[in-house]
Amino acid sequence: MPQYVALIYGEDANWLDPQYADQMKEYGEFGESAASVIRGGNALQPTSTATTVHVKGGRGGDIVTTDGPFAETKEVLGGFFLLECNDLDEAIKWAAQIPGAWHGRVEVRPVLEIGPDQEA
Amino acid sequence: MTNDLGELLRVEGGRSLATLTRVLGDLQLAEDALQDAVITALERWPRDGIPDRPSAWLTVTARHKAVDRLRREARRSEKEEAAVKLTPGPGDDMGGGEDESVVRDDLLRMTFTCCHPALSPDARVALSLRTLGGLTTAEIAHAFLVPEPTMAQRIVRAKHKIATAKIPYRVPPDHELPERLPAVLTVIYVIFTEGHAPHSAESVVRVDLCDEAIRLARLLAELMPDEPEVEGLLALLLLTNARRAARLDANGDIVLLEAQDRSLWESSQIEEGAELTASALRRAADRPGPYTLQAAIAACHSTAPAYGATDWSEIAALYEQLEALHPAPIIRLNRAVAIAQTDGPAAGLALADTIEGLDRSHRLHLVRATCLQHCGRTAEARSSYERAIELCPSGPERRLLERQLADLR
Repeated sequence: MPQYVALIYGEDANWLDPQYADQMKEYGEFGESAASVIRGGNALQPTSTATTVHVKGGRGGDIVTTDGPFAETKEVLGGFFLLECNDLDEAIKWAAQIPGAWHGRVEVRPVLEIGPDQEA
Repeated sequence: MTNDLGELLRVEGGRSLATLTRVLGDLQLAEDALQDAVITALERWPRDGIPDRPSAWLTVTARHKAVDRLRREARRSEKEEAAVKLTPGPGDDMGGGEDESVVRDDLLRMTFTCCHPALSPDARVALSLRTLGGLTTAEIAHAFLVPEPTMAQRIVRAKHKIATAKIPYRVPPDHELPERLPAVLTVIYVIFTEGHAPHSAESVVRVDLCDEAIRLARLLAELMPDEPEVEGLLALLLLTNARRAARLDANGDIVLLEAQDRSLWESSQIEEGAELTASALRRAADRPGPYTLQAAIAACHSTAPAYGATDWSEIAALYEQLEALHPAPIIRLNRAVAIAQTDGPAAGLALADTIEGLDRSHRLHLVRATCLQHCGRTAEARSSYERAIELCPSGPERRLLERQLADLR
C-alpha cells in the first residue's frame, strides 16, 4: 500500500512550551484517531537548533556547515507523519485532520518506493 | 484518413481510453495501447468496414496491444506479471463487452481524475482535452497559444503525478460531489472562455475550443443527469455560443450586443439553451448555482426579440443573486451595467464606484465611461475611455474602445 509523508509547516515553535499545550492536545487526538494509518512521525525542535550541511565540490569534498535551516521562510517544517493510505484522496482526508493543516499548512508527498527493480 | 473517420476515432477513442485506464490501471499505458489500436483501425476499417461498436473494438484491440507492450518491456518481473494478468483467457471479453452504463462510469472516473484538485488548474484543462476530448498535445498547445513542448511537459507532469501520488480513478461519493463537481465545471468553462474570448489571440473566436467545451458539457450532462448545475453550464455555453456569428463583423471587429444582427444568432442553440435553463432553474428550486444563474442572464439576452426589449430588471435581479452567492467585483460591475439600464446611468455609475479591486481592469473604466457619457459628462467619459484603452491589451477589444472614444469626439 502506498505511503505518504505529511510535512507540517507552520510557526517556528518549541512545542514543549506551555503555550502550545492546546495544540499538543490536538495532536494527541489526531494520533489516536489516525492510529490505523500512521506508520511514523515526530515533531521537530525549532529551526534555531537546525544545522545545514553541504559537501562542497562533490563527494568527498569539504563539509560546509551552516547554522539554521536550509531555507529561511516564515513557515518552517515543524514535524511530519508517515501515513499508509490506499490513494491520494485518503491521504488528503487524513492530512486535513492534522492540526498543522489549520495552524499552518501540510504538504503531502508520496514516498519513493525503492523496489528490487530500481536497486538492480 | 477521411475527416469523418478521424472524428469517429477521436470520440470513440475517448470512450475506449476511459475503460482502458480502469482495466490497465495506468493512464500512460492506456494511451499508448489505444494509439496502437487506432493505427490498426486506420489500416483495417477503411477496408473491412467500421465495426458495430467501435469503442468496444478499440478497447479489445488496445488490450491486446497493451499485453504486447508489457511483454516487450518484460525485463521487469513486475511487468511480466501484469502482462500475464492481462492476457485473455477463454471466454474473456477483454473489457470490450461492457454495457453502456460501465462505459459511462469509466468516462466519469476519467473526468474526475483529470479534474482532481491535486492537479494544477492548467493541467486539469489540458488533461481533460487530451483524454476526454481526444485532442493531440499539438492541438491543445496551439489552442492555448503555448509552445508545444511546454504543453507536453504540463501533460506529462500531470500524468506522472496521477500515477505516482496515486490519484484514484474513481467517481467521488455523493457527499463529496459538492466539493468536487465545481472543479469539473470550471475546467469546461475555462475551455469555452478560452475559445470565446482569448486574451491575446488575433481572432476573438477560436471555433475548436468552444465546440469542444460544449461537447464535454453535453457528455457530463448525460453522465450526471441529477445535477442541475451541469445542465445550467451546458445552457450557458449554448446561449453564449449561439451569438457567436454576430459578435464580429467582416473585419474581425467586435459588434456590441446592441448592434448585433439578431438574425445571425443560432436559434436552435438558443431554444435548447433556454429550455435547459428553465429546467435547471426549476430543478435547483430556490438554490440555483452560479452557472445556472449566468445561463438565466444569457437567456434574458438571447431570447429578447430586440435589444430595446431586453428585460434589464430581471438581469439586475439575477446578478444580485449571483453576487450574493459569489461576491466578486466583476459580478457587481455587470450588475452596474444592468442598473444603468433600469435606474439610469447615474445609478449605474454610483454602483460601479463602490467596486474595489478592479482599478487595473479596462472593463471597469469602460463601464464608467459609458455611464458618464450617458450622463452628459463628456470630458470625464473621455478620460475614462483613455484609461480603459491604456489598460486593454491590443486586439479587437482595444480597437472597439478606440472606436468608442473616437465616436465621443
